[in-house]
Amino acid sequence: MTEKYNMPDDRGHFGPYGGMFVAETLIPPIQQLNAAYQQYLNDPEFIEELDTDLKYYVGRPSPLYHAERWSRELGGAQIYLKREDLNHTGSHKINNTVGQALLAKRMGKTRIIAETGAGQHGVATATVAARLGLECVVYMGAVDVARQSLNVYRMKLLGATVVAVESGSKTLKDALNEALRDWVTNVDNTFYIIGTVAGPHPYPAMVRDFQAIIGREAKQQCIEATGRLPDALVACVGGGSNAIGLFYPFIEDESVKLIGVEAAGDGVATGRHSAPLCAGRPGVLHGNRTYLMADDDGEIIETHSISAGLDYPGVGPEHAWLKDTGRATYVNITDDEALEGFYALTRMEGIIPALESAHAMAYTMKLAPTMKKDEIIIVNLSGRGDKDMQTMAKREGIEL
Amino acid sequence: MSRLAAKFEALAEAGRKALIPFITAGDPSPNFTVPMMHAMVEAGVDIIELGVPFSDPMADGPVIQRASERALAHKMSLRRVLTIATEFRKTDQETPLVIMGYLNPIEAMGYEDFANAAQRADIDGVLTVDLPPEEGQECSDLLKARGIDPIFLLAPNSSDERIRKMDAAGSGYLYYVSLKGVTGAGHLNTSDVETKLQQIRANTRLPVAIGFGVKDAQTANTVADLGDGVVIGSALISKIEENLENPELAKSEICKLLAAMRQAMDSNQKSEHGEQQ
Repeated sequence: MTEKYNMPDDRGHFGPYGGMFVAETLIPPIQQLNAAYQQYLNDPEFIEELDTDLKYYVGRPSPLYHAERWSRELGGAQIYLKREDLNHTGSHKINNTVGQALLAKRMGKTRIIAETGAGQHGVATATVAARLGLECVVYMGAVDVARQSLNVYRMKLLGATVVAVESGSKTLKDALNEALRDWVTNVDNTFYIIGTVAGPHPYPAMVRDFQAIIGREAKQQCIEATGRLPDALVACVGGGSNAIGLFYPFIEDESVKLIGVEAAGDGVATGRHSAPLCAGRPGVLHGNRTYLMADDDGEIIETHSISAGLDYPGVGPEHAWLKDTGRATYVNITDDEALEGFYALTRMEGIIPALESAHAMAYTMKLAPTMKKDEIIIVNLSGRGDKDMQTMAKREGIEL
Repeated sequence: MSRLAAKFEALAEAGRKALIPFITAGDPSPNFTVPMMHAMVEAGVDIIELGVPFSDPMADGPVIQRASERALAHKMSLRRVLTIATEFRKTDQETPLVIMGYLNPIEAMGYEDFANAAQRADIDGVLTVDLPPEEGQECSDLLKARGIDPIFLLAPNSSDERIRKMDAAGSGYLYYVSLKGVTGAGHLNTSDVETKLQQIRANTRLPVAIGFGVKDAQTANTVADLGDGVVIGSALISKIEENLENPELAKSEICKLLAAMRQAMDSNQKSEHGEQQ
């Protein structure tokens, strides 16, 4: 056992990372949000309502599935998949939106905004907004609107307004900029549901706490199934919410390796990637200090990944801290490797993963054969691949 | 006394308010900026805020976003902004110069290197939009040690406690963001600004410049009256954007607008001054 882990500090710092780097107008709403979050974090009524929603609306607990055939094929460690793809709306994102929506309701906010990359967080937000009868506006980069049109349609069906963001690189970071601009303009009635463990404090800690259900369940399920803790956890990292959700309950279990998989795009050496932890530098963006993809002048560099959900130049500040302290390891997987992971899981286990999750699958294919047959890897299957059918079909030259 | 403090003191003595233009350095091209700065001084401005373009200007509306994009297309950077400042100072040692931008370019340069470079460039103030005092102590201390004023923002939702925090952390002046929103947004409500300024005055003795949403001479005059100065940004940059093919015309349009603002502000000031004492 390592010593007690209790990050962040009360101002949201994970060592030098995290914090509250925002313009003045956002300080009061962030302080209000933090106060509300601290209040309800330990409120039995709030927790009961959240647990009930997670069970009956989201469909938790999600199974921990032993991928026996794939494990045998790879000839090494036993691979267990944490099936977040089976949640309502098809990814882990709903764990967080359900929680933040309950907070929004208690704070009396009538309008919800969100940013989205792949559209999974946008769908998960539009879903909870529909259920609570709240107005919902989702900001999405114009490039992502084009490559994730299915999710755009889902959000619209759910009653959300989807705003295509045309500024900058027209991807997730620009959607976040635009959502922050909306929030600063409509702070009085608006609750901003950030979808990842980034943004100013308290978002990185709050989103982590809502996603930590993944790791808590996985730990219990692993012990029930195998009688012991896993040897390694593997999860993809864009902003890093599914990874931190899985890792967090295991941080003090020193024997468990934590491995985050970033998107290497065309390859880290080409510069066309989304791997700030592997090839970036510390800086400040979107309210926190963390590893970023930036040039020598501090301007943010455009990123690239086949998966819209990983196409982001920053990463949650807690991952930056886990990297620096050596508690977690961060590796990267190229677009081509991710596609191998995508096809392997689909054909070996009959499960079509999201392209984001396919990065974790691809690394598992490298890792498992290096481990013993009685060792255990838990891989976070953070989302299902339905949203990527158009992208995949297009790559194969098929018109849907 | 810093150039900024001296300027506000002199203005107060004369019963005048500060006219503070904001332009993005390097927009529409790097060569445009220094002559534009001199021309604005000619037109009667008191202090210049020079914007450092950033790839992700989260607090800015579309007009300044596009200005940043145009400047970045010419590879404008924090270092080059400081070069522009140095160039300006060669022939103007009087006008206080504030650079305004986002934190990451400063992080990339390193706080101490930045503070030294800003001192060499004879910068008077630094306003970093996404660096509140809670996170900004180290940077502020380095700037203050070099006689540079760290300038902080106040917003319509800032509490008494918050204003006092800015009073303690900042120097030179405080920049009151007169509406909830991004730069260049809709119309500001002058009676709201008036009420807020009473609260601000009760908690700080620093001069207060008011910005966001000031578009014409009449508003500039009304707003300037409520504080110690008025900041004009998007309205000037719109002139650049409307005349991208003809920067000289942009320059003269900007000077025309600033001169009109100056005139409106000064025509009122004499009589107001007596009443305010």
